[in-house]
Amino acid sequence: MDLDELRRRVARLEGRPVDTATIPVHPALAGLLTPRVGGVYGVDAASLALTLASGPSAAGAWLGVVQCPDLGLVAAQEAGIDTDRLVMVPDAAELWWEVVAALVDSLALVVVRPPARVSARDAARLAARLRARQCVLVVWGEWPRCDGRLSLVSSQWSGVGHGHGHLRSRRAVIEARTDVAISRRREVWLPGDTGGGAGPWAAKETGGDAGPWAAQETAGDAGPWATGETTELQLLRGAS
Amino acid sequence: MWCPDWPVVAAGLPATVPAAVLAGGEVLACSPAARAAGVRRGMRRRDAQARCPELRLVDRAPQVEAHRFDEVLEALEELTPGVAPIRPGLCALRVPPRYYGGERETAAVLAERVVELGVWDVRCGIADGVFAAEHAARRALTQDVWIVPPGGSADFVGELGIDVVEDVALADLLRRLGVRTLGSFARLAPGDVRTRFGDTGALLHRLARGEDPQPVARRQAPPDLVTGTAFEPPLETSEAAVFSLRTTAEQCVETLAQHGLVVTAVRIEVDSDGTTVQARTWRHPAWFDAPALLDRLRWQLAAAGPAGGRGDGHGVPGAGRGDEYAQGIGAVRFVPEETSSVGEHADTLFGAGHDAQVEGGAARVQALVGPEAVQVLRPQGGRSPGDQVHAAPWGERVPVARPAERPWPGQIPAPAPATVFASPSQAAVAGAEGQRVLVTARGAVSAVPSRFRVSAAEPWQQVAAWAGPWPVDERWWDEASARRVARFQVVGVDGRAWLLVLDGDTWFTEARYD
Repeated sequence: MDLDELRRRVARLEGRPVDTATIPVHPALAGLLTPRVGGVYGVDAASLALTLASGPSAAGAWLGVVQCPDLGLVAAQEAGIDTDRLVMVPDAAELWWEVVAALVDSLALVVVRPPARVSARDAARLAARLRARQCVLVVWGEWPRCDGRLSLVSSQWSGVGHGHGHLRSRRAVIEARTDVAISRRREVWLPGDTGGGAGPWAAKETGGDAGPWAAQETAGDAGPWATGETTELQLLRGAS
Repeated sequence: MWCPDWPVVAAGLPATVPAAVLAGGEVLACSPAARAAGVRRGMRRRDAQARCPELRLVDRAPQVEAHRFDEVLEALEELTPGVAPIRPGLCALRVPPRYYGGERETAAVLAERVVELGVWDVRCGIADGVFAAEHAARRALTQDVWIVPPGGSADFVGELGIDVVEDVALADLLRRLGVRTLGSFARLAPGDVRTRFGDTGALLHRLARGEDPQPVARRQAPPDLVTGTAFEPPLETSEAAVFSLRTTAEQCVETLAQHGLVVTAVRIEVDSDGTTVQARTWRHPAWFDAPALLDRLRWQLAAAGPAGGRGDGHGVPGAGRGDEYAQGIGAVRFVPEETSSVGEHADTLFGAGHDAQVEGGAARVQALVGPEAVQVLRPQGGRSPGDQVHAAPWGERVPVARPAERPWPGQIPAPAPATVFASPSQAAVAGAEGQRVLVTARGAVSAVPSRFRVSAAEPWQQVAAWAGPWPVDERWWDEASARRVARFQVVGVDGRAWLLVLDGDTWFTEARYD
């Protein structure tokens, strides 16, 4: 019997909702972060928010987007978000916190860009509500305590030259930090392939016959694009 | 009973004015004055205006036609039961043989009633069948009756030319075959007609023989679905009105349910001081139940004045709310505008709880921040990334103005930027010698971009790569909304990519590819 199973049993005995269910995740983020139902995940770029939200949306869940008037909605569609199941509240002004709380009750995932600082106490109260309502919160910006945080370290666009071509694809280095103090870095194609099939744009986990475009996990002589995954144990707990 | 030129009559134009109703650029119907000037049905707009320069043209409004004719039908139903509408302007009814003293007298009574409604041109035809009666009415004079004696339908119909057949192709064919009247068509053998012309021909053959297979189908009077409450004395606060209307809202939903209907769009009318001061149509993504109706009423009353405010239901309508509710709320009515059958919504009536949950959440947020602040998105056509999405308030079905499937030249190819600034900041782009980069009238770049700044707050940085321009000359025919811009994709040395737009000689940062 593994630890997860044991935790689930304890949760069931205590009458808490079982909060270990994971949500579907976009192929570009697979293996990097496994978001769990009831968690708060922070991102620092709009494309990461969209990529994170596209997994549940593609699986049929309803999304809420609060206080993000700047979010590119065509990009959302391209990322695989079903805009028919999207509730937008672009400007809730000072009532944004109440709006988030109301949407958390009824939707599966809420994206918010907090316009003001959130106190740790408020965040903890919302986190409890998220767990009770089986909702995921994606924060584009600052948040006191996240279960996971994705950040865009660097990006390299291709397809554009000096006065010709157009932006086609991007190699992005994404860093994922979770509360167990492990940070992982991975280079992926973003926007990635939304379908399940591993097209030329999909991030590939395995090496093998990966062409020059595939992200390779193994460090090696895989050309200028591949940097490989660097998983480093940062002894944050010891340090702080 | 026939009212000629019903589209013109329904448009409310006086008979002496030359007027025509247009449908699809062609004259659908015209008034007698216009006909005297040479305007004919099927004429193009320009030809009609050439014949009669003072012609007043109106577009066709089928709902208005049907609605006005409903008034005529209701008036006739008061006099005689069993009115069968055939189309707006034409209806059939059974003549009670002796009640008014005879057929001619009955027709006179009915015509008088219709003329009282302001429809001066009404003609009656009486015959054994609907088809013969319709053509008898066409032969009658204004406010007069043409009676075909019992059993005389075959003779009467037989005199009619073959042109009365609505199927133009069939009429044309019959004419070329030498059949010029319905009488000569009726003399053909029924079996031959069926073999050659099929069911349509066989039906026409029966009509031509004076047999009318169409029974006069009685109209079912449409149920009155409007519910409302009047307050005496008028109510002062909106909260009190919402509270008092709880039963009415439940009754409205209940009445509809008895007819197997649910309401999907409702108009809420609020009266004050004897007149309707506020009416607004609300739509629901699924269907209204009583609490949803009350929510809409609350929002409507709250939106009526500046003192209403967000979510505070205690505003006194009389004070500081302008003049709309100076006399208090006199009456409130729920007028169902669109209904659909319960069966279509069966899945949401029984189960499918998730969507109901989402509805509830959205309704709660609407109650918090106002109904317009919660939006749903539809893709639409457009050139800039911001134009390609249409936001409509939650629950409203606003038609998308620009279809996305049409070509939109000047559109930036995918991928789309993830951040589209709602308010673009002013940017600057400079060439190698520091000169400003502009786009010539022919779409050429005046200098190669070498440095750029996305906003006044950001530092200058070198251009690593760039693409463009994508020139757009939008809506040049309309001076107010014309826009002539050129878009560029610019990648800085830090790896971030931007969508910059040159509008006139000013650069703006429209979006970020982050």
